[in-house]
Amino acid sequence: MNNKNLILNIENLVVHYETENGTVKAVNGIDLKLNKKRAIGLVGETGAGKTTTALAMLRLVPDPPGVIKSGVIELDGENILEKSIKELEKIRGKDISMIFQDPMTALNPVFTVGEQIAESIILHEKVSTAEANTRAKEMLEMVGIPGHRAKDYPHQFSGGMKQRVVIAIALACHTKLLIADEPTTALDVTIQAQVLELMNKLKEEYQTSLIMITHDLGIVAEVCDEVAVMYAGRIIEQGTLRDVFNKTKHPYTEGLFNSLPNVNNRKAKLQPIPGLMPDPTDLPVGCSFSPRCPYANDNCRENKPIPRWISDTHMVECSAYDDPTFHIARGEK
Amino acid sequence: MSKNLIEVKNLKKIFKTSHGMLHAVDGVSFTIEEGKTLGVVGESGCGKSTTGRCILRLIEPSSGEVYFDGHDVLSFNNKELQKARKEMQIIFQDPFSSLDPRKTINQIISEPIIIHNLIPNKNDRENRVLELMETVGLAERLINTYPHELDGGRRQRIGIARALAVNPKFIVCDEPVSALDVSIQAQILNLLKELQEKLGLTYMFITHDLSVVNHFSDHIAVMYMGMIVEKAPAEELFTQPLHPYTQALLSAIPVPDLSERKNRIILKGEVTSPIALPEECRFVNRCLYACDSCKDHIPVLREIYPDHYVACDFPLERKGVE
Repeated sequence: MNNKNLILNIENLVVHYETENGTVKAVNGIDLKLNKKRAIGLVGETGAGKTTTALAMLRLVPDPPGVIKSGVIELDGENILEKSIKELEKIRGKDISMIFQDPMTALNPVFTVGEQIAESIILHEKVSTAEANTRAKEMLEMVGIPGHRAKDYPHQFSGGMKQRVVIAIALACHTKLLIADEPTTALDVTIQAQVLELMNKLKEEYQTSLIMITHDLGIVAEVCDEVAVMYAGRIIEQGTLRDVFNKTKHPYTEGLFNSLPNVNNRKAKLQPIPGLMPDPTDLPVGCSFSPRCPYANDNCRENKPIPRWISDTHMVECSAYDDPTFHIARGEK
Repeated sequence: MSKNLIEVKNLKKIFKTSHGMLHAVDGVSFTIEEGKTLGVVGESGCGKSTTGRCILRLIEPSSGEVYFDGHDVLSFNNKELQKARKEMQIIFQDPFSSLDPRKTINQIISEPIIIHNLIPNKNDRENRVLELMETVGLAERLINTYPHELDGGRRQRIGIARALAVNPKFIVCDEPVSALDVSIQAQILNLLKELQEKLGLTYMFITHDLSVVNHFSDHIAVMYMGMIVEKAPAEELFTQPLHPYTQALLSAIPVPDLSERKNRIILKGEVTSPIALPEECRFVNRCLYACDSCKDHIPVLREIYPDHYVACDFPLERKGVE
């Protein structure tokens, strides 16, 4: 049955890149649900499949070599994967928008920022150019840039301001779902704080659902309600902020936390996760994390783990919990 | 007290641009004790990398003094400079562009050894390369691979091995982990720390990431628009920041801990252009507490507590405002 409150429902999404050097298994069966007005953080390291998952939601996975092998992606009840190109054009920018990592390259250098914001309004709504331009100015002021700067070109703005422009474009049509792919990685900390504050404000104001892709657990704590941790194309732990941060269950999530320098305890030694992410063309037979996992046993190395729901909100994919006495070192808070 | 290995006095680097003079580094002074780490923090364009490069004379400073182990680095001629570079090395930010793609790991690491003619015998040299690779945690079998075959963490290890090849005393680490994933970042930070303990290295650690610098440094200098605005022992800087900019920087770090929601100071605006600067506090336009007198002159860096320097006229009055 369809849950009215559900904005996004992904089931068993599999995306592969078929290259000459073998099949890159980027996303290997992802289930993800997001309710309206909620923000979820998609966390993981380079190559975990975060961005590919996001691109699949917009049907923007480069094809070739990318192939969406199977799965369902429902946005507000409609399956994105069954849409025609024409229908997709109506959805992209209107129902679902994306903010890309690098604001320096996301804008077109030969159009003014006003034109670029107005473009998506004109495409999706029946309004005159003049009206769209007025709306574009309003959007600029929303994100904290004076309206008269709509006639300026991207090169006249600094990095933080360009990212604001990109956010203005993404929100111009009151999008239902906003995907932000590492929106602050290219920015300085003080500017990052400004942008995060802005995103929090706009989320409230426009009642947009948000998928925040990041490798920074600090940002997740700042902006999100829920977290999904990805590793080698799988979501290996998922839950509310409290579930994942305070009742961490997966050894990889624990490893991520231990790798972070602690601002309050400078003497604490960093505990890096040994080794590297597995080659996505040649994933291990069992659990993908088992070669780096300090708790791994033979069962982990031979059999794929299955998702295990510990509570209504908290899922972990780790076979070690077959043993009911198993627990990781990171204590509950 | 051990001696100062690096001493920098009133270092300036001014670039001529078509719009006017760009003050990249504007009167920076500090010392680094032997075997210790000075962390230099600041946002892009604050002059932290330029400072590091000026010390090694990879960029010629416009004025000022730099002493390495008591020797005046700026007076060196080319020959002396080459000799000095055996003692002073740098690790670059981007392990993807700082390694020659057409050289094998063996060639990359042995290049400085050949330049300084440290080990003339080829076999001995290769043994030294293997030894260095082991030191930084690279497997022996990788000796004949090319950089593109390796991931970022391993490439950064090559950069470190190359810097270590000549047995330097001092290494400028210019954002050595910012291009790496967190789990790999921790591996490299631990490696740098172990090497420091083992080889007695002195580091200047340049970064924009305060949590990294806190973990790593003995002293921290905060830079803003070419100037040091605050300098203190690491622990003190974090517990008792005095400059409004440092306070804002610290509060802007997103903390991955739910129990620690703090009041953050959100700065208005952005770093202004460092060209043709007026004689006023560089931070005045973004400062929450700025008053008229801040626009009169550039505040000098002065010692407020022992070893704790601040370039702000009213550091103590503002304490506990918020």
